[in-house]
Amino acid sequence: MTPTGALCVKKAGPQALLQDAGRFGVRHLGMTQGGPMDWHAAGWANALLGNAHGAPVLEIAIGGLSLVAESGTTLALCGADLAATLNGQPLAPWQRFEVGKGDQLAFELPRAGLRAYLAVPGGWLGEASLGSIACVPREGMGGHKGGGHPLESGDRLRFPQKAPTGHPVEAMVPDAHRVDYRQPAHLGLIPGGQVTAFDGYSLYEAFNREWTLDTRADRMGIRLTGPELVCHQSSMISEGIPAGAVQVPADGQPICLMSDRQTIGGYPRLGTLTPLARARLAQCPAGHPVFLRACGIRAAQKAWLRTISGSRSRIDRTFCS
Amino acid sequence: MSITPRVENAGIDAWTVRFSDRIDPANRAWITAFCRECRSAFGEALVDLVPSYTTVLVQYDPWQLTDAASRGLLRHILEHLAPDDAAEGGRLVDIPVWYDVRVGPELALIAERTGWSQQQVAEAHAATEYQVFALGFVPGFAFMGLVEPALATPRLATPRQRVPQGSIAIAERQTSAYPRVTPGGWNLIGRTPVTLFDANREPMTLLEAGDQVRFVPVEHERFIELGGDPTPVEEDAE
Repeated sequence: MTPTGALCVKKAGPQALLQDAGRFGVRHLGMTQGGPMDWHAAGWANALLGNAHGAPVLEIAIGGLSLVAESGTTLALCGADLAATLNGQPLAPWQRFEVGKGDQLAFELPRAGLRAYLAVPGGWLGEASLGSIACVPREGMGGHKGGGHPLESGDRLRFPQKAPTGHPVEAMVPDAHRVDYRQPAHLGLIPGGQVTAFDGYSLYEAFNREWTLDTRADRMGIRLTGPELVCHQSSMISEGIPAGAVQVPADGQPICLMSDRQTIGGYPRLGTLTPLARARLAQCPAGHPVFLRACGIRAAQKAWLRTISGSRSRIDRTFCS
Repeated sequence: MSITPRVENAGIDAWTVRFSDRIDPANRAWITAFCRECRSAFGEALVDLVPSYTTVLVQYDPWQLTDAASRGLLRHILEHLAPDDAAEGGRLVDIPVWYDVRVGPELALIAERTGWSQQQVAEAHAATEYQVFALGFVPGFAFMGLVEPALATPRLATPRQRVPQGSIAIAERQTSAYPRVTPGGWNLIGRTPVTLFDANREPMTLLEAGDQVRFVPVEHERFIELGGDPTPVEEDAE
């Protein structure tokens, strides 16, 4: 057996879940996909350690988590600024750092963004369900101890302990790849689905008015509140829902469907958020201003490739020790 | 039957392929054939296929395929697509059901509305061979149809907070079985002792889209023998 190290959970906080790229090839059975809400920040946490792009990371929502290292290791923290501290000293996100035995890593409250990603060399160890450790409490799938359990106090978060093989050159994410989560979120939306069934004025409003993030927001879906959108097609036959789909139920308020969304649904859709928009939305707290802008599929694919290449290309780069 | 499937964008890494605009058991032959061809044509670049009543959502890996290349593959598949023969279609699955008002309170409601006895409602439900149109809602929950028009019943105005596992239910012209305890608004008419979903079983779900299903009435005694839980449905507090 490969020797393992661990961080011990002193305090679990509102929600901390292990996530890999997601659970694929099972949505036709009604199972959701899972995976990090903000794939961009999760990808960079892995990239700073030379991990594979979808290696298991810890998604820490809102904060309130406190961990103690049982053994030394390197870690990387990306995404939201949850006022993290290492032995009481402030610890900024978007960087790699070392912890020694007994060190305390704590997360308080969000200062910018909502979800932080903590990665370890080789990825956290968990119990795979159907080939993925993506933790989905609702379905009882995956997680650090299986069964879809979120982190609880007293749990141990294990990682593989190998001889250090060195790390990628960069210990910090370049400024150009960091996101300022305090700014209003401008989200690209690729029109599609039943967009032509919406009232013309509603479409104007959808793309020109300010939206506000509702308190009803979780890993399944995030509601926006704003002008009431009118769709001429009230009911439809349920169909498969892609990640980022923006559906509009009868109350006219959009719901953006995220990583743990239901597999099929029957509300008319404006289209699909771009992957970058989805990652950005995942970092917005309730009340945050959001703007939607129509975006072409080619432009969205290019922007995604440009962004993901930033972290993904580093995986194969020469390591230094 | 001739069809003209439409390919609609569903983001940078997915397409919705629409075969029809209405629920029709004849869609199945096209959808199962299409899914099979997709698996073979996309290979490793295929991330997920989500078949539903009239559509299939095809998600691919944009790291491996551009949107133009994926669209080209779909065009090629659709140009050469022939519907599966009925014989090649889904399996026929028998599901034993104890139809009883204690575990299916809406048997009484439907009996009252149709003017039939509860026994006749149960027989009518079991007389049809249903098709699985899609799985969704929770893992292993199969949307099946079409229920005989006389039995079609709108969803409950207030969903139950706790529908027991194995409950057999009707909503409009669809029917299903609840794989596990969950809130739900369908009309309950009976209960099955069989396990519809088990993550540690291969295959995990008893049913898959395209399967044909027969509900086989069983008596209380047989239901218990098969491991059924006869606990009556608890109604939510007012």
